[in-house]
Amino acid sequence: MIISAAVAIAEARRGRLGERVYSGRSRAIFERGYIAFKSSTWMVILSGFVEPVLYLFAFGYGLGELIGNIESNGLSIPYAAYIAPALLATSAMNGAIYDSTMNIFFKLNHDRIYHGMLATSLGPLDVALGEIGLALLRGFLYGVGFMAVVAPLGLIPSLWGILAIPAAVLIAFGFAAVGMALTTYMKSFQQLEIINIFLLPMFLFSGSFYPLSVFPEWLQFIIKALPLSQAIHLVRGLTLGQINIGLLGHISYFIVMIVVGLFFTTKRLNALFMK
Amino acid sequence: MSSPLITARGLTKKFDEFVAVDEIDFDVARGESFGLLGPNGAGKSTTMRIIGATSQRTSGDLTILGMDPEKFGPQIRAHLGVVPQQDNLDMQLSVSENLYIYGRYFGLSRKFLKTKIEELLEFAQLEEKRNAKVESLSGGMKRRLTIARGLVSEPEILMLDEPTTGLDPQARHILWDRLFRLKEQGVTLVITTHFMDEAEQLCDRLVVMDKGKIMAEGSPAQLIKDYSTKEVLEIRFGSERNSAMAEQLRGMCDRIEELPDRILLYSEDGEALLEKIYSAGMHPKTSLVRRSSLEDVFLRLTGRTLVD
Repeated sequence: MIISAAVAIAEARRGRLGERVYSGRSRAIFERGYIAFKSSTWMVILSGFVEPVLYLFAFGYGLGELIGNIESNGLSIPYAAYIAPALLATSAMNGAIYDSTMNIFFKLNHDRIYHGMLATSLGPLDVALGEIGLALLRGFLYGVGFMAVVAPLGLIPSLWGILAIPAAVLIAFGFAAVGMALTTYMKSFQQLEIINIFLLPMFLFSGSFYPLSVFPEWLQFIIKALPLSQAIHLVRGLTLGQINIGLLGHISYFIVMIVVGLFFTTKRLNALFMK
Repeated sequence: MSSPLITARGLTKKFDEFVAVDEIDFDVARGESFGLLGPNGAGKSTTMRIIGATSQRTSGDLTILGMDPEKFGPQIRAHLGVVPQQDNLDMQLSVSENLYIYGRYFGLSRKFLKTKIEELLEFAQLEEKRNAKVESLSGGMKRRLTIARGLVSEPEILMLDEPTTGLDPQARHILWDRLFRLKEQGVTLVITTHFMDEAEQLCDRLVVMDKGKIMAEGSPAQLIKDYSTKEVLEIRFGSERNSAMAEQLRGMCDRIEELPDRILLYSEDGEALLEKIYSAGMHPKTSLVRRSSLEDVFLRLTGRTLVD
């Protein structure tokens, strides 16, 4: 009997941990995204890159003229340097959310692409990781692009700032994992809007444009628990070189988001496709 | 004979209270072309998805290539080529990219796929469309591409769910021809259809399904022999008079089926029966003698027609 290559590949995974949900080939999903991306979503990427730059010029330099320097943890810095890390964190979030909600929802419910993928020897965790991998690539591109604009402007005072790029990837990973998990529960495009309703206020009030100390203490407490606030403080800590143990807390926050998001995504994809 | 590729015993699938597949038993042998024939909602697609290891059975036993799909889903799926009822091609990719990426999902190497894609494009007669986006293809082309895609991993079993539904006659015949070639190469085919002509053309052996149960099993010829007569006489008296005439015709032949628009009379010799009807002074508006088909088998088994 001739054993085809596909069978030999699948048999090699026999007995591995999680073999029923994971085949170790999420890169195939990633590759699919890359092929599709080459021909289509350039405009989305471009607008995601341009948006924070526009904010930076409008507020950082426009409004910054009036504000002058701003105090951050005892450090006096130009206003533009204060908001730049917040804009980077926000664009990582927005890109990841766009990829993991709208894009994924469409593939789940209209394209039926995942039905095709899961009829092969792939498992649902491969699909989840591959799709989220694309969101990470986007987070990385935004990070690099934004840094290339802001670093020459002198808005990254610390060398630690280079770590803002991997931080953007981590942030994108967290948001994409949770976003994809939420999307698997959504029944219509209208329901997806709920996520967007949540995102804009989070952007405006998470300490992007001014320190949280302007708020009453109870409100500060709530805002600090929100993911974007965690993201902004992580990136800002790095770009301003304010390295402390608190940054590890922010990092852990995103690791939890990733684990929880992946767990529910895999569970839901299994439930949706293995009915 | 070697052991069957697929064995199902008491296979059952429930969605909440609804029983989609109701304790069915069947075997599929290596190299045969096995059909599930039945109307929409008979449980054919559900059965296919359970075999395809993308749906979990509620109870019963199922073995595919000696493995339980519940435990070895990915390993079983590596042996299968799946052609779903609803095309789920990747609309963002071109024809050849669809074949390429599907191979990648199975973990196949780029080098292997390079030659495989050429072979499949030729098989599906889509060489000139290789760089076209899937959206621009006709229904028949999409179907052929979906079949080609299902073959990228060189599967032992090709599962086709309603392969020609929605295609024009010419496209159907092209497709049938491709499926025959696969069968000649030793690929085992599992096909669902609600077209009796398709089942007769393609299947060595089939089960007739209705409401989740298997009503009968055998080769098309055997089923016709067992459940119908050699010939069928179809006559029409006009919709108002059909049922009155049917009463008079009873007793003139082995069996009679009254449909809204026509009467079917089952007989070993249709022409002779028609003569008899004329001599009895009855004059149908139209008459047609034909050979019995699986449609008649289904009608006999369930009292209903396959395609409403």
